[in-house]
Amino acid sequence: MGETVASARDLVMRFDGAEDDALKGVALTVETGQITGLVGPDGAGKTTLIRILANLLSPTEGSVEVLGGEPGTNRFDLGYMPQRFGLYEDLSVIENLTLYARMRGLPKSEWDAVFARLLDFTDLARFKSRLGGKLSGGMKQKLGLACALVRTPRLLLLDEPSVGVDPVSRRELWGMIEQLVDEGIGVLWSTAYLDEAEQCEVVYLLNHGELLFSGNPSELTDEVTGRVAVVTGFEGRRRRLLTRMLDRDDVIDGTLQGRSIRLLFDRPAPSEPIVLDLDADSQMQSVPPRFEDGFINRLGGGPDGTSELARRYRTILGGDGCAIEAKGLTKRFGDFTAADNMDFVIPFGKIYGLLGPNGAGKSTTFKMLCGLLTPTEGSGAVAGHDLRTAGPEARRSLGYMAQKFSLYGDLSVRQNLNFFAGAYGLSRGEARDAIDSAIEVFGLGDSLSRSAGEMPLGYKQRLSLACAVMHQPPVLFLDEPTSGVDPVARREFWTHINGLVEKGVTVLVTTHFMEEAEYCDDISLIYRSQLIAQGTPDELKRRAQELSPGLQAPTMEDAFIALVEDRDAAVEKAA
Amino acid sequence: MKAQAEASVPPPKTNRAGDREKFDVRRLSAMSRKEILQVSRDPSTYIIALVLPLILLLLFGYGLNLDMGTTRIGLVVQDDSEAAQSLAASYHNSDWFEVEQARSVDEIEVDLVSGNIFAMVVIPQGFGEGVPRGEAPPIQIVTDGSQPNNATFAAGYAEGLRANWAAGRGLEAGQAERGGIRTEERYWFNPELKSRYSLVIGSIAIVMVIIGTLQTSLVIAREWERGTMEAMMATPMRMSEFLVSKVVPYFILSLVSIALCTVLAVTVFGVPFRGSVMALFVISCAFLLPALGLGLLISAVTKNQFVASQAGLLSGFLPTLLLSGFLYEISSMPWPIQAITYIIPARYLVPSLQTVFMAGDVWALFLPNIAALVGFGALLLFLTFRVNRRSLA
Repeated sequence: MGETVASARDLVMRFDGAEDDALKGVALTVETGQITGLVGPDGAGKTTLIRILANLLSPTEGSVEVLGGEPGTNRFDLGYMPQRFGLYEDLSVIENLTLYARMRGLPKSEWDAVFARLLDFTDLARFKSRLGGKLSGGMKQKLGLACALVRTPRLLLLDEPSVGVDPVSRRELWGMIEQLVDEGIGVLWSTAYLDEAEQCEVVYLLNHGELLFSGNPSELTDEVTGRVAVVTGFEGRRRRLLTRMLDRDDVIDGTLQGRSIRLLFDRPAPSEPIVLDLDADSQMQSVPPRFEDGFINRLGGGPDGTSELARRYRTILGGDGCAIEAKGLTKRFGDFTAADNMDFVIPFGKIYGLLGPNGAGKSTTFKMLCGLLTPTEGSGAVAGHDLRTAGPEARRSLGYMAQKFSLYGDLSVRQNLNFFAGAYGLSRGEARDAIDSAIEVFGLGDSLSRSAGEMPLGYKQRLSLACAVMHQPPVLFLDEPTSGVDPVARREFWTHINGLVEKGVTVLVTTHFMEEAEYCDDISLIYRSQLIAQGTPDELKRRAQELSPGLQAPTMEDAFIALVEDRDAAVEKAA
Repeated sequence: MKAQAEASVPPPKTNRAGDREKFDVRRLSAMSRKEILQVSRDPSTYIIALVLPLILLLLFGYGLNLDMGTTRIGLVVQDDSEAAQSLAASYHNSDWFEVEQARSVDEIEVDLVSGNIFAMVVIPQGFGEGVPRGEAPPIQIVTDGSQPNNATFAAGYAEGLRANWAAGRGLEAGQAERGGIRTEERYWFNPELKSRYSLVIGSIAIVMVIIGTLQTSLVIAREWERGTMEAMMATPMRMSEFLVSKVVPYFILSLVSIALCTVLAVTVFGVPFRGSVMALFVISCAFLLPALGLGLLISAVTKNQFVASQAGLLSGFLPTLLLSGFLYEISSMPWPIQAITYIIPARYLVPSLQTVFMAGDVWALFLPNIAALVGFGALLLFLTFRVNRRSLA
């Protein structure tokens, strides 16, 4: 048991003009010697809570004690790393450190020693004079951490330190924080990644401002022990089977994992496939639950498997041709190659994933294929239309859902729908039908007159999808579609996508969420502007296992890390 | 792993009682140093501090010339008398006009409407009848009222030319009552020295507003947008330290710009400098208080660069341009507008600047103006500290 460095009781935070409270009576304790996880989807209230502890916000109600006093009284012992790391992009690494050292009143005599140690710790010594803006995401994250540690805090607040950072850097950061914890620092780590939550000693799970769970993550997963099973070896299409399983009353959640299906039951999982009307060859195996299973269980389970959107969608007859084709696509900005020689072919009715960390070149490749960027070299085609010669036709046959919310925030939900119907050139009758259908399918009826920008993230994402498929395109481009939304909304989204694919729609998706990658039929792994591996999720995992035989049942993330490390080793050997 | 861990960071220290919640000069200097580094690395700094004054001076010095040059007019000659032809010839021969001649108004009316010509001079039927008796016959001048400045110039020139012509032919009658026109004509012809000086001096005020108000509010809004404000606020930094650290570099930058403007004004545009550098320095510093104060206040209210720039334009730049009296005379404005000018700090700057350049050190004029500027500055800074709470909400 460590020393308590922060505690809060009955915290309520109400922002002026907001309909819903950002925090609804939250209690939390941070102790030294362990990592305390603050977990939840975007908009759950994580940042608000951390800002209250950092004395950047005053709570509407409730009591807070930080480092034995009111928030703000012991700021010299508080380290805080905000979401965007708080770095000055036009200052160099060492200048940023110096600034923080001065601001935190570190005696000048200690500077050299402290800087040397921190630069060594973060492996940034080589980049001392590089400007903050020129660092990679992982390096920025480490420098942000170094700045927060310049005068050793007793309490370290980390607001989503790992978001958008590649898995390798994430693991390194985790290792660094564990070291700090061993030295007697209290750490509060907020994250939207549930797999990170699983590794914390204590977890506070927030959803829409409410504390759903607090305690050791195993307590939450214990609630669903024996209720999770994986089905393998079945015949036929995995997406169809998943739909069937999810439509069963006793299945409350299900996800694809390559060629297997993982199911969460509302009762002990059956041991015989026959109970689920599966064919004789399929096998069922009980598996240990994960934190996410417990979370979904607490939220009352995921959505059903049948997508109303897909039911109403036209059937796309793709034929034998390919829906999307990239031939040596290359994009250079000055002497920087953002995407180098991208080659892949995507048949109709498949989900294809571009997987990689931020800044790897996924979005660049993506934007070339949807005609937003002109390739420096190479060519591409969408639904048989060459991007160079038939750009407009190619664009007309695709629906695009951007990474950031790209609808008009000031327009109401209905106005957005009307606008996109007009933008896609639907006739008046078609537009009316499409909009009515979208309202019904996505449950937008109650919020038609609300400004799109004010809606919760999950609703925004539904509206984005509704607008992207308004003209029933044969090809769908999704750029990080479910970043930050809660797991139930993510399930709902993928239910629609799976349904559409069964209707013949082709989907190209970029993601850095490894679990989303599992839904893909084929994946291209993109790293440092290059395509370093291609294959089905199962193939990639198998390859990772060949590379590092110690891996047991590797996850997509394990596979990613193994393949990236192999690549790095190969590059190093070559150099 | 463990051994390395121990070496990674120095052991936690307990809080020292003395080092919190007091205005700390070391932190202020750290922030100011950072700001100066950023300013010196940002190319837009050089554009705003060096190139912008240059452009403004060139614009105000050469571009905004109140001389007309050649003006296109229409000439309708409805009379065949020798006098009418002679006057028409005078218009054709004039260097100021490019003449399009016609027999009837209908023919060129459309050109006036479409803006091809700025004025139409009609020499009416029966123009020549009074000439043998020594009477100066009237002409009609129609101008395009939608472009009032051009119209006034064109009308003035056209009437002046007629008066000249009449005087040349010894047509006495009617000339006396038009003497006023001649006076006015001189007013239009020789304004450039005075107006150019005034404009060049006024551009110094504009430069101060742009750097002091617009730049300052933008750089603070940028800290909010990039999330660095949040990180700084979680350090022991006080808001007052932050604000002062923003003021220092832009204060210096403004002074550099003013010096550049002054040197250019005197050397390139021949503006006299009859006062002392000291007086100019004191006046400039006094004006920078409200200029920077407004910039800080804007940034305390908005946390967004776009809104900050709009607010800066509306509350700082435009009033200084339009209501400070260097472009438009305050005394010729309607009284409600005149009343408004009293709350525009630049109103107290421009007369002092003009005096220090054109007349010399008149401290009796400077002191009340400086007092007013310092008062505005104090008020704006007071408001800023009232509004600026240390909170992200």
